[in-house]
Amino acid sequence: MIRLMMSLLLAALCFPATAALQVFATTPEWAALVREIGGDKVSIYTATTALQDIHRITAKPSLLAQARRAQLVVATGADLEIGWLPLVIRDSGNAEIQSGRPGYFEAARYVTLLDVPVVLDRTHGDVHAAGNPHIQLDPRNLFRIGEALAARMGELDPPNAAAYQAGYKAFADKWRAAIARWEKEAAPLRGVPVLVHHASFFYLSHWLGMKETGTLEPKPGVEPTSGHLGNLLARQQNVPAKMVLRTAYQSDGPSLWIAGKAGIPAIMLPFTVGGTPEAGDLYGLFDDTIRRLLKGLN
Amino acid sequence: MLHKSLVVAALLAASCGAQAASDADLAAIRSQIDEMKKSYEQRIAALEQKLAQAEAAGKTNAPAGAPVSASASGAAVQSAGARPSLASSAAAFNPEVSLILQGQYAQMQNVPNRTITGFWPAGGHDHDGGKGVTTRGFSLNHTELVFSGGIDPYWRGQAIFAVQDESVEVEEAWFQSLAIGHGVGLKGGRYRSGIGYLNEQHPHQWDFVNAPLMYNALFGQEASYREDGLQLKWLAPTPVFVEFGAEVGRGANFPGTDSNKNGAGSWAAYVHVGDDVGVSNSWRAGVSYLKTSSGDREAEFVDINGLQAQGLFNGDTSTWIADFVWKWAPDGNPKYQNFKFQSEYFVRKDKGDLTCMDEEGVGNACATSVTSDYDVRQSGWYAQGVYQFTPEWRAGLRYDQLDSGRQNLGANAANLTVADYKPKRASAMVDYSWSEFSRVRLQYAQDKSMAGITDNQWMVQYIMSLGAHGAHKF
Repeated sequence: MIRLMMSLLLAALCFPATAALQVFATTPEWAALVREIGGDKVSIYTATTALQDIHRITAKPSLLAQARRAQLVVATGADLEIGWLPLVIRDSGNAEIQSGRPGYFEAARYVTLLDVPVVLDRTHGDVHAAGNPHIQLDPRNLFRIGEALAARMGELDPPNAAAYQAGYKAFADKWRAAIARWEKEAAPLRGVPVLVHHASFFYLSHWLGMKETGTLEPKPGVEPTSGHLGNLLARQQNVPAKMVLRTAYQSDGPSLWIAGKAGIPAIMLPFTVGGTPEAGDLYGLFDDTIRRLLKGLN
Repeated sequence: MLHKSLVVAALLAASCGAQAASDADLAAIRSQIDEMKKSYEQRIAALEQKLAQAEAAGKTNAPAGAPVSASASGAAVQSAGARPSLASSAAAFNPEVSLILQGQYAQMQNVPNRTITGFWPAGGHDHDGGKGVTTRGFSLNHTELVFSGGIDPYWRGQAIFAVQDESVEVEEAWFQSLAIGHGVGLKGGRYRSGIGYLNEQHPHQWDFVNAPLMYNALFGQEASYREDGLQLKWLAPTPVFVEFGAEVGRGANFPGTDSNKNGAGSWAAYVHVGDDVGVSNSWRAGVSYLKTSSGDREAEFVDINGLQAQGLFNGDTSTWIADFVWKWAPDGNPKYQNFKFQSEYFVRKDKGDLTCMDEEGVGNACATSVTSDYDVRQSGWYAQGVYQFTPEWRAGLRYDQLDSGRQNLGANAANLTVADYKPKRASAMVDYSWSEFSRVRLQYAQDKSMAGITDNQWMVQYIMSLGAHGAHKF
């Protein structure tokens, strides 16, 4: 009897479920990374788009329904999704994706976070205690995240573990070459002073060596005020920024205003996959970002 | 650790071909596993040490903002060990703590013992003199203190205390399951019932200063049905959101009464469905049922001669609620603009008997108490729309209407008068939020919830939250 049961158990292990690994990605960049690693072996639901401010999402019924069916949640972490993801996960009734289980993956745990606040106090705005969570815009971060993600996907879907490893290796090779190309292309951006709408581009600036000289938001999460924009404009005299950057989901009003007054270009960057028509995948995201930045320089 | 799991996975896969392995083979495999384990543990320890050194070196060599060359980036990417887990700001405090500050200024008519004409007053006649939203002038609403956090991998807990002068009320105190799976969620303790839409929301989450009249008529001044009991929810594994819920509990709160008995005093069941329409719209609709029972539920009545009389209800109350919420935001990004429409409808039936009495000896029609049938069916609804037109500003309109409905008092119809009335209220509000954590609101309402009184109410309210980041409930 025991032998029969063991045989059945082994048989069950030997015949993998044919269904694809169900992944719930909070943002388009992690969906794209999962696609690079998993190819057609994964089925991906992307909770948000590049046109949405991920801080402000609510725990919609559709998100609960998708989280209920997910085997793996891929989130940014570092409190980026704190307003809705913990609630979605908790109310999903899905034990596998709870924090601390293999089915919950936080990308921010695998990279060194920058811009960590020294003082934790909301009088400084909606600060993220762990550091700036917009980690996807330093492409080098995707190596560590991708490697850990491939391992995690393999852990959850052992029959395809080798395929995920291979998928990651292929991605990493192409990515390394692409980074070398981008860094070469973006060399003129080194040392260029820029204004930003929100601290969305901290990692991009860090990677390319651009200097952020001011933020249109007076404090993180607080909308730009005319007074603050006036101060920034006055500062242009001494610290002249070359362009003002915003994401696809941020309103263009404040950057257009300051760009018009200061006579510098206002550049909309895709920020994540899908933010512009050209940013169709991770490669397109950085191709288009650098193309737009270089265009702003001329 | 991931490496180890991979090794185990590989071994499992390898074992598929060796089902008839002999004991000797097994022993050999065991010793091989032990060897591999040892060697991997050594290698992992070595890697961890290297990683720690690399990180220490990285910190001293690469200040933020310094350009990093392509070759350096190539070297820095190869180790994939997870860094020690980052404490999120919320989890840094165990449990998460938040505090809601709420207060108001109100200008309205002086109406002692406000009730809703034609409806049974929740809380009997012991009105608390009002530190609620009907207090005139400056006042503090209750201050809410929230503690929550994971208990262990299986449970999570939350407690909400409402602090007022000389009293602390346990608003909610419950545990919730995390590890049952299969879409099942279990909650136990004291909680706001999952019936309707607004019922689970606390006053600081409301879009208006006060709750819809419907919620006051159903559950009293608190405008929410709270339960000491158990809640079981099941989320269906479908792409469309379909959730079933069932609750059993003590049933001590209005429209039920507390009773000294074993078993449950009330139960509830509900189903919610919801989905997105395109990327810009999402909705949720639901139907809920609540059954409560009352023993000597007390209220003031007026007898046929206009004298005060007391009534005691014994029987069951069935409440049906239908709710619907629709949210719209351009591209699904609610930050700059969004619109929310919300409406609920209820039907409530009280069935049992009513005892009419003259407790105060005023010589009313019930000097010798009379018990007769009591069969009442009442209904009501509200609809509201709130439009956020800039990140800071929102404006909203709400309309409330109730129907005192059919009130069959049996033989007591000869002793007591009951009002046949349709209470109405129209409200308009505008609010401003400096950030997600602070809001001030101005509201005007024309309140005709009491027959013969048109009360023009002006209110200014502030809501501030400190501490752990609140959840964005749908």
